[in-house]
Amino acid sequence: MAEVLVYVDHVDGSVRKPTLELLTLARRIGEPVAVALGNGAADTAATLAEHGAVKVLTHEAAEYADYLVVPKVDALQAAHEAVSPAAVLVPSSAEGKEIAARLALRLGSGIITDAVDLEAGDEGPVATQSVFAASFTTKSRVSKGTPVITVKPNSAAVEPAPAAGAVEALNVTFSDTATGTKVTGRTQRESTGRPDLTEAAIVVSGGRGVNGAENFAIIEALADSLGAAVGASRAAVDAGWYPHSNQVGQTGKSVSPQLYIASGISGAIQHRAGMQTSKTIVAINKDAEAPIFDLVDYGIVGDLFDVVPALTEEIRTRKG
Amino acid sequence: MSLRIVVTVKYVPDATGDRHFADDLTVDRDDVDGLLSELDEYAVEQALRISENSDDAVEITVLTVGPEDAKDALRKALSMGADKAIHVEDDDIHGTDAIGTSLILAKTVEKAGYDLVISGMASTDGTMGVVPALLAERLGVPQVTLLSEVSVEDGTVKGRRDGDAASENLEASLPAVVSVTDQSGEARYPSFKGIMAAKKKPVESWDLSDLDLEAEEVGLEGAYTTVDNAAERPARTAGTIVKDEGEGGKQLAEFLAGQKFI
Repeated sequence: MAEVLVYVDHVDGSVRKPTLELLTLARRIGEPVAVALGNGAADTAATLAEHGAVKVLTHEAAEYADYLVVPKVDALQAAHEAVSPAAVLVPSSAEGKEIAARLALRLGSGIITDAVDLEAGDEGPVATQSVFAASFTTKSRVSKGTPVITVKPNSAAVEPAPAAGAVEALNVTFSDTATGTKVTGRTQRESTGRPDLTEAAIVVSGGRGVNGAENFAIIEALADSLGAAVGASRAAVDAGWYPHSNQVGQTGKSVSPQLYIASGISGAIQHRAGMQTSKTIVAINKDAEAPIFDLVDYGIVGDLFDVVPALTEEIRTRKG
Repeated sequence: MSLRIVVTVKYVPDATGDRHFADDLTVDRDDVDGLLSELDEYAVEQALRISENSDDAVEITVLTVGPEDAKDALRKALSMGADKAIHVEDDDIHGTDAIGTSLILAKTVEKAGYDLVISGMASTDGTMGVVPALLAERLGVPQVTLLSEVSVEDGTVKGRRDGDAASENLEASLPAVVSVTDQSGEARYPSFKGIMAAKKKPVESWDLSDLDLEAEEVGLEGAYTTVDNAAERPARTAGTIVKDEGEGGKQLAEFLAGQKFI
């Protein structure tokens, strides 16, 4: 069976969920071979093996943290040479897409980004994408070279499938351009204790209707009652009420959770572009004419300052 | 010393319009108005700010690849304050994918001459966000991408990249390819004076032969990816919408419980 390279997104050896989803999808196409780079790379092996990696190629070097993107491209290229895979899968983060793009160019391959599903086809993997603010669904494939495909978080349910997960050291020679862009400083984002926005199964977002940074506390309280991530519309972010890192929409994060709850968000096309693939959509808005109501499975026309705290209270009561 | 900045911009279908695919599964440009991709306005803005903060002479060229109408995007950028424009237009470009677009852009900026290329973080139609990285790979120069802050001094570009887990400070020597996010700074509106001045600014038109490119290297024929199918997403079935009469929170909790979210 053909091998499929899977780029591992991890933090000091702790594998992030989108990579486990990729391993599930990779098994539809072939045998997953994971590539883990940087500090803690080998520590990922047990988790990756549990989720179907037949092999884990690892390489640790300071370059991965000290320089932008290119060292990781060099490593994936080395892995491609070592394995000759049927496809390369990378999580669709901003960095993941850049890594994948440069790799595809080097391999003389096409690239597909932001796939929401993946299946085996007669002429190679077929990727489903959701385009034009999710108003269209396309099916595409790479027609030249080794298919390089990035997949959005929450595109597949994680299914464990124990495999050998044999760890092998990858031999990497860095290219001349690897050290071109130096990372001169790094400030870790403070953890809120909430799930990551793009990975969360439930997202609770606030918009213009929240009307002030201090009022985001009620959005956070609802999120915490559900174990959800907090999102914000561009209007709320531009007003300075919530950090840009939590912005959902065309110029922020694209999310695709099981449940999306929009509070005080009218649903402009730019926002819809970032959340329309959510499985279940709920909105709370005073304006019955707000376009968000065209998308909802359940909508409440009402004041979020009444509805959201009542909802939070009811959830807490039910959960005991 | 002088600094040559090339800003790559894209002419895109208006996202608030009714976007569709044409029969060949490329974006239908006839049924919806086009405009300068909003995210590219931030790239033009940063080029102008770099110029305003520089002691050296700075020349800003805006570049687009696209059909005749794409000149509108160039005019907008010129009216904001860019100095000149290059329009790459050729019937054979229709259907070019990201890999091909990066090839055309690389050939064009090499021919035009550059110290710095600035792009928006992504186009608002394809939204891939990979062209700046592809362009850097082709040109063999550093990529300094997704910046929410950018500055240029003494042949070095510096910036801040806000990622999911951390903010990184980046630094690279020129020449380089930069992309900027919508957090980099509000883009200015063209002034009346700017709009009038833009009409007199030079717009060069280049085709594939000017770039020593063959038709089969680009376009649908040269594409590395194939779209087999594009289907309009079925309209969502009408959801339940209720007016809050004091029980809205409880009703919503009931719905969420029914869906097993609680």
